[in-house]
Amino acid sequence: MTLTITKIAEDLAAGRCSSRELVDDALARIKTHAALNAFITLDEDAARRDAQAADRARRAGGAGILAGVPIAHKDIFCTAGVKTTCASRMLAEFVPPYDATVVRKMKAAGCVMVGKTNMDEFAMGSSNETSHFGPVRNPWDHKRVPGGSSGGSAAAVAARLVPAATGTDTGGSIRQPAALCGITGLKPSYGRVSRYGLIAFASSLDQAGPMAATAEDCAHLLAAMAGFDERDATSLDAPVPDYAAELGKDLKGLRIGVVAEHFAKGVEPKVAEVVREALREYERQGARLVDVSLPNSAHAVPCYYVLAPAEASSNLARYDGVRYGYRAPEYQDLEDMYKKTRSQGFGSEVKRRIMVGTYALSAGYYDAYYVKALKLRRLIADDFARAFEQCDILAGPVSPSTAFALGAKNTDPVSMYLNDIFTIPVNLAGLPALSLPAGFADGLPVGLQLIGRYLDEACLLNAAHRFQQATDWHARVPAGI
Amino acid sequence: MEWETVIGLEVHAQLKTRSKIFSVSPTAYGAAPNTQANVVDAAFPGVLPVLNAEVVRMAARFGLAIGATVHKRSVFARKNYFYPDLPKGYQISQYEHPIVERGRLVITTPAGEKTIGITRAHLEEDAGKSLHEDMDGFTGIDLNRAGTPLLEIVSEPDMRSAAEAVAYLKTLHTLVRYLDICDGNMQEGSFRCDANVSVRPLGEARFGTRAELKNINSFRFVERAIDYEVRRQIALLSSGGQVRQETRLYDSARDETRSMRSKEEANDYRYFPDPDLPSLVLTEAFLAEVRDAMPELPDAKRARFSAQYGLSAYDAGVLTASRELAQYYEDVLAAAGGEPKLAANWVTGELAARLNEDGLDIVDSRVKAPALAGLLRRIADGTVSGKAAKDVFEAMWAGEGDADAVIAARGLRQISDDSAIEEVVRQVIAANPKQLAQYRAGEEKVFTFFVGQTMKASRGKANPAKVNEILKRLLAP
Repeated sequence: MTLTITKIAEDLAAGRCSSRELVDDALARIKTHAALNAFITLDEDAARRDAQAADRARRAGGAGILAGVPIAHKDIFCTAGVKTTCASRMLAEFVPPYDATVVRKMKAAGCVMVGKTNMDEFAMGSSNETSHFGPVRNPWDHKRVPGGSSGGSAAAVAARLVPAATGTDTGGSIRQPAALCGITGLKPSYGRVSRYGLIAFASSLDQAGPMAATAEDCAHLLAAMAGFDERDATSLDAPVPDYAAELGKDLKGLRIGVVAEHFAKGVEPKVAEVVREALREYERQGARLVDVSLPNSAHAVPCYYVLAPAEASSNLARYDGVRYGYRAPEYQDLEDMYKKTRSQGFGSEVKRRIMVGTYALSAGYYDAYYVKALKLRRLIADDFARAFEQCDILAGPVSPSTAFALGAKNTDPVSMYLNDIFTIPVNLAGLPALSLPAGFADGLPVGLQLIGRYLDEACLLNAAHRFQQATDWHARVPAGI
Repeated sequence: MEWETVIGLEVHAQLKTRSKIFSVSPTAYGAAPNTQANVVDAAFPGVLPVLNAEVVRMAARFGLAIGATVHKRSVFARKNYFYPDLPKGYQISQYEHPIVERGRLVITTPAGEKTIGITRAHLEEDAGKSLHEDMDGFTGIDLNRAGTPLLEIVSEPDMRSAAEAVAYLKTLHTLVRYLDICDGNMQEGSFRCDANVSVRPLGEARFGTRAELKNINSFRFVERAIDYEVRRQIALLSSGGQVRQETRLYDSARDETRSMRSKEEANDYRYFPDPDLPSLVLTEAFLAEVRDAMPELPDAKRARFSAQYGLSAYDAGVLTASRELAQYYEDVLAAAGGEPKLAANWVTGELAARLNEDGLDIVDSRVKAPALAGLLRRIADGTVSGKAAKDVFEAMWAGEGDADAVIAARGLRQISDDSAIEEVVRQVIAANPKQLAQYRAGEEKVFTFFVGQTMKASRGKANPAKVNEILKRLLAP
């Protein structure tokens, strides 16, 4: 059973179901599958109320395609009056007084939020194991991780608890969990979607995007999320295309760059094979494969692990126990209050990154780390620019492996960080990229990553949509769903 | 040994915008704590800064006014440190790439004119305030001031005395008010100053180790704090000691500076470009617009007042000390249809004294420019004497109406009719035969006695020029 937004909209329009029924069903399924631990907070009463309002509005006419559709927001988006924890003890009881722009826009489009999804603490992690509220389980195998940091959103969509959820992607946090859970997820171009109300991890890399069963659904969701926001100086003042209307163009002549480095050692052979087979499907549809190289991509992970922690060390300074959030119950003086609050309020991965980032920005190290990383970032972006002279999109695996076992990598940060080796360069370059189900390896989903030119989300969505019209990987659901 | 003092000043001028530099909260002073702080000012999770375009305009106006380079591209950076009144855990400032660099300001000292270099001026946000009173042992935080726009103006170490430092500060103070970018209110902290002070043996090329003086919030305290610090450093060095590089706080109650923190205790601020704010890029068109809207600056206005109105350098200086005063003066001239010297005398004399007495600013003067012009017209056309005019002015100040109304009501119209004055003079001469004899015997100073008697007899209304003329004629033997 794949309940897509497109199908839900038809059913709602035809009166075959109501939004209230969909929301009741979603809430019931979330409870049935509580073992996934995909949600941190449910907002049941408001969801039912909003669903009824959506039903009334629909009867009055003029409802858009997202009107009355149940969705979930990653618990990194501020929701007025609803707890927003960022999966941290620091914000475990924090209730924002305002809605993030993404939340506001999706509400305006008629989406009904049922709750907030689990994630890695402050979006720092690739397995959802750093959450203060416990790990999320992969619906395809409960002993495995769903990926991260948007693991709760990915698991919720994969288990069809909700048809769609929002995610954020700083180094792969939408695409990697989408790949590991077998759903479609899009990281838009930097600046395409407002970051206002998205709790910052690394401001120059963070970007919000949709996670759903299909590229078509992502097209509808992105259209609702995207656009200039006067509250975000880094959001782009450019018109938002009607992404769904641009779906369906045939792929004849599309040049797909196959990145040599993305098939090098370290990629599980079975993952590489699934991705190659997906590329053959593109060839069957008339696309042309072009070999390209991103020679500096090997530097992407170290570059990222200087820049992202550096920004994070500053972004997370506001959690000081003074104005909101956790404050240590006992302390001697101001400095002791800071130390105890932050020692107790943050988990170990967050503290590790704050330490790394603080070090990288310190006097005497700044040039060697931060400034050098900025130069590498430029080289990495230049690699993409050169590649796009030869092709229209790039393709390769999202992640070197399928979902790994819970606990397998969380004692070795570097091996965990290497999960994002193919996704990180995209954030550094600010480009859009999409993860879509490409097949299975040993019963676990494999994701295909498509990377586009700046602001060319439409091309990615169309390419993914055409693939999904010819395949049914995106329609497969885990046993018991 | 002879010592030379070296001073550089850092001034924080609060920019006169209605809203904060990165949020829409109002900047008005004196509101109840935390009533002018929104989620952005309080650094709630997820909020973002958005630059107020007005602060950019003001910084550019300042840069152009001091002949500086106004950079087409500047960068906001984060200055990271923990403090309870710093909500984000960092201050957004400009570090490597400020908006304004390399300007200058000409100051006037008793020794003549001197040019002081301005290294840079950059935009930044103010922090909040910690409240310790009435908090029951706790510290309160008021974020009303957090995010207030500041222009930090850093001078070169070009000043050689406390007096020069004060002259620089006053010139700068006048300039920012002329530019209408800062209200200059030092009590409310709108114009704050830190001073870097060092001494060196006269003739030595290298600078001595400096101390940074904070908390000097009046022109008087600047002078006193620097003087104290110079004495302290000279005493220290003369007795074989060394000056430590440190931050010192000026205590005006005790008139001394005290160590606040040493260089070793200083924070590593971990500056880096703020990823939430794109580089600030100014277009040529924007700069041209700012240039076109530039008001007349103090120096130019002073020179024009001297040339156009024939005023002394002193009067021109006094009248252009603030844009409002200069405006008032020119409004008087416009309404009076001339009389620049008379107007200058009145504005710098009676009016200034009265304003000072009542503690009022020129814009709050009880006698507005057109009203004063009305009085000056009556002086010029001989309707009232200069002496009676002072009474008229006082009555106008007290709200008794315009000059003509007061003159009529109080019967202060000057007597200029020759026959009427002659009549009074004849009576005075007749009543004082002894003095008449003295005068005719050559005691010319008795003449003033007759003037006084005549004025008295006319109750001050006789035209003094005519009184003089008629007295001379009738006293003559």
